[in-house]
Amino acid sequence: MATPLVVSEVAKSFTMHLRDGVRLPVVANVSFSVKSGECVVLGGPSGVGKSSILKMLYGNYGVDEGQILMEHDGRLVNLADAEPRTVLEVRRTTLGYVSQFLRVVPRVSALDIVAEPLHARGVASEEARERAAELLAKLNLPKELWALPPATFSGGEQQRVNIARGFIIDHRILLLDEPTASLDAKNRAVVVGMIAEKKAQGTALVGIFHDAEVRDAVADRIIDVSEFSPRKHAA
Amino acid sequence: MSAVPLLKVKDVSKFYGSRIGCRNVSFELYPGEVLAVVGESGSGKTTLLSCLSTRLMPSSGMIEYHMRDGLYRDLAHMGEAERRFLMRTDWGFVHQNPAEGLRMTVSAGANVGERLMAVGDRHYGNIRATAGDWLRRVEIEEDRIDDQPRAFSGGMRQRLQIARNLVTAPRLVFMDEPTGGLDVSVQARLLDLVRGLVHDLGLAAIIVTHDLAVARLLSHRMMVMKDGAVIEQGLTDRVLDDPREPYTQLLVSSILQV
Repeated sequence: MATPLVVSEVAKSFTMHLRDGVRLPVVANVSFSVKSGECVVLGGPSGVGKSSILKMLYGNYGVDEGQILMEHDGRLVNLADAEPRTVLEVRRTTLGYVSQFLRVVPRVSALDIVAEPLHARGVASEEARERAAELLAKLNLPKELWALPPATFSGGEQQRVNIARGFIIDHRILLLDEPTASLDAKNRAVVVGMIAEKKAQGTALVGIFHDAEVRDAVADRIIDVSEFSPRKHAA
Repeated sequence: MSAVPLLKVKDVSKFYGSRIGCRNVSFELYPGEVLAVVGESGSGKTTLLSCLSTRLMPSSGMIEYHMRDGLYRDLAHMGEAERRFLMRTDWGFVHQNPAEGLRMTVSAGANVGERLMAVGDRHYGNIRATAGDWLRRVEIEEDRIDDQPRAFSGGMRQRLQIARNLVTAPRLVFMDEPTGGLDVSVQARLLDLVRGLVHDLGLAAIIVTHDLAVARLLSHRMMVMKDGAVIEQGLTDRVLDDPREPYTQLLVSSILQV
């Protein structure tokens, strides 16, 4: 089976220059890989570096050491040292990310926010909107909200817009940062079903889920992130 | 994705006597890429923009532009006429103050039409139709086509300036604080408009701004300037989410949260 994502000996620390240059090690020696159709869940207590790992995988956080190898467009890309334009290209087609919070754009409707990734890949506006509408309907977002900018939506409504946007493209690799945190039981079940569909299509998923029920429903494997504690490696 | 850069900038410096405007700035810009240049006032970002757009001659360094004929030309060695033609057709420049980029005493339609005439369009009916179409695209009522920009609000003037710049289908647009001095609601409308146009037209753009939220919304890549030098650069969300340099951390931590 193909392995679209390999993380090898990745280390990350923050240097807080505004606090006298204090250095905060976050993780060290992070190594794992994810196969097609597999959902790997990052586990461990809060503050152990789970979100930081996801952000490094997406390129939001810089990487101090190690490699993040992704299969993109028939070649291998090391996201840890890729040029910005390469990272953007990988995000456009190969790599998706559902963050905890939706970053709203003024004046842009929920439907267009969801359709945008398809549009950016050159799909015609009408077709992209149709796909977006299907996903929003599936996630039970009231139809009256589709034409409105989500700035005034509730947390759960924004989260569903965010999920629809992340799931609209068939990425080979999909990162999920607590996508079900602010959803009710009914919509949690919808998302669990959508994740299962992605797995069946062969997407490699990496996620953070604090909800034990969701985690047990989707996880093929749980990685204990406290294993990557820098203190452990310093000792 | 195009494989060759549109603009190649190498070690560009500009000195005002012994004072530094900007120093040793190097980067490449690809078609369709939006680069934000951020930093506080006096950091050299406007000087850099002026050098890149040939409004100022750099003291040293080289700026090469990929012409439509497929060849790179060194901007410093281009004739004045050729440079002006480039400015009027293949490039756009959006000023912070629309009065600098518009002719305030001719009609809105003529402001847009003038650029079309510079590329050889002569048919009055076509020019007027295209101008009307562009006014609509920047959300100005078409019945304002014969009004002078003096009679427009600040936000409308800025949108008119954008229409004037984009009508010739430029490949590269320079913007100097395009949302500075506008109300936030007007700003949001303009940002949304610029974002859509850049995407639909596949423009490359260099946007100077001190507003990190504007940079986040519009740009792919970001350069942070301080004391004339580029101190940090990279993917926009990497620079904003994980700033490395002391000054960048100070900038990011100074953003007011709403």
